[in-house]
Amino acid sequence: MPDALTEVFRREAGRCTATLIRVLGDIDLAEDAVAEAFAIAAEQWPTRGVPPNPGGWITTTARNRAIDRLRRESSRTDRYLASHRLQADDMAPDHLPDPDDSGSLDELVEVVADDQLRLMFLCCHPALAPDAQVALTLRLLGGLDTPEIARGFLVSEATVAQRIVRAKRKLRDNHAPYRVPAAAELPDRLHTVLAIVYLIYTEGHTATSGDGLTRVDLSREAIRLGRVLTELMPDEPEAVGLLALMLLTEARRPARTDVDGSMIRLADQDRTRWDRTLIAEGHALVRACLRRDQPGPFQIQAAIAAVHADAVTADETDWSQIVTLYDQLYARRPNPVVALNRAVAVAELHGPDAGLAALTALDVLPLEGYQPYHAARADLLARAGRREAAVAAYDRAVELSGNPAERRFLEQQRATLAGDRR
Amino acid sequence: MPQYLISVWHDGPYDDLDVSSPEVQRLFSQVSAFNASLEQAGAWVFGTGLRPASSATVVRATGGDVSMTDGPYAETKEQMGGFWVILAADLDAALEWAGKAAAACEGPVEVRPTEDA
Repeated sequence: MPDALTEVFRREAGRCTATLIRVLGDIDLAEDAVAEAFAIAAEQWPTRGVPPNPGGWITTTARNRAIDRLRRESSRTDRYLASHRLQADDMAPDHLPDPDDSGSLDELVEVVADDQLRLMFLCCHPALAPDAQVALTLRLLGGLDTPEIARGFLVSEATVAQRIVRAKRKLRDNHAPYRVPAAAELPDRLHTVLAIVYLIYTEGHTATSGDGLTRVDLSREAIRLGRVLTELMPDEPEAVGLLALMLLTEARRPARTDVDGSMIRLADQDRTRWDRTLIAEGHALVRACLRRDQPGPFQIQAAIAAVHADAVTADETDWSQIVTLYDQLYARRPNPVVALNRAVAVAELHGPDAGLAALTALDVLPLEGYQPYHAARADLLARAGRREAAVAAYDRAVELSGNPAERRFLEQQRATLAGDRR
Repeated sequence: MPQYLISVWHDGPYDDLDVSSPEVQRLFSQVSAFNASLEQAGAWVFGTGLRPASSATVVRATGGDVSMTDGPYAETKEQMGGFWVILAADLDAALEWAGKAAAACEGPVEVRPTEDA
């Protein structure tokens, strides 16, 4: 694919697929049609030039092609559509705009916005497992192919392919509706969508490793999805909170690793390398959320990230505000990971012994296999002067770490401690 | 309109269930209220509770011979205690009914679409 087209593809594939699923009532038909339209574009655009509305052109071409094909195969079409159509409503396949008429294209593209939202809710349907939700979201909305998703999550292509096939079949067999959920179920359903986008983000974030693997930039894709969500649902403060959280976290990326790819802790990062543009955008979103005053978990986490971003040096961090925010978060999401983060903040505010006391108060069983728990505990033990216990905790953290950059960091910490002892 | 099977699951045998106990009586009245709401919405196709799995017989027909064995087909601890077949516009509507079913029988239910007619 020529570069111009690759860019259009990244930007438009999700939108086009979303609209085509509604028009055709079937995920596979929509995907095939979009692929066919891009193939036609690859043939025509280099000689005829890129049309003024590339996304609309692709959608219309794909739709015309798909409908042509359905008409040719009309014997099976009626049965096919009747039995397999996702439960979509509007837009009968009768009036077909001309792909080279930009007026009718604009009309078509206007309908598209809501389609992407429908597709997000479909991909993140709670009847699907999180792995399937992630794979389907990246495939249908991100336009990533199976090998790209497999590389992104370090699983085999066959696994990803199987997840996608199963998920599509389940949605179709079950007559999953293709619509934005009704107001009553919207909060829960939206939370699932946001959680999946954040999962994609964090996978891309922790995967930052120096091992040279050409991994897809999952974080960037998650941020793009986050932007789409806030554009489509500007009145959902949690969607805004999620975008702010991702931007403020992303801002630290340039300072997160050193030249050989080892992880650098927040406290030790060169804050002049933080991306000020992303921080400014994230801050503005957090302020907009505060004005709205409907706090939720993502907004609170964004606020915590904003407090970190405010501190010019690590020492200037307003830890008491961060502990307060973690208290608010824990009140809404009483889970051990939130409690762990709160304990770390308590240690910054009142010293390592207070942090360790907060950790001891936790129900540690669910955290036993969670690397950050052992890393945090090791750090607090070391700062409290309990070296032997700290080395043991680092051993456990290294054992559990699945990421080379992170593991190197933990090994260095442990080596420094062990060296001190001698 | 699509049809779905909503089945009710127990974690183990319920042969010794005391039907006259207040707990079971409460479940019965919750389930009949749920049944009434299904009928009122035009979603009812069929529904019933089932006798325990120990009352089941497996029948096989191979090469013209019919043979029988005592007990349920699946040798699992879990038992299906009853089921409904409902009409629902789509999966989300079916899941909403399933949520009410699970609340009525105070236990997990499984939703499965039927083969299209």
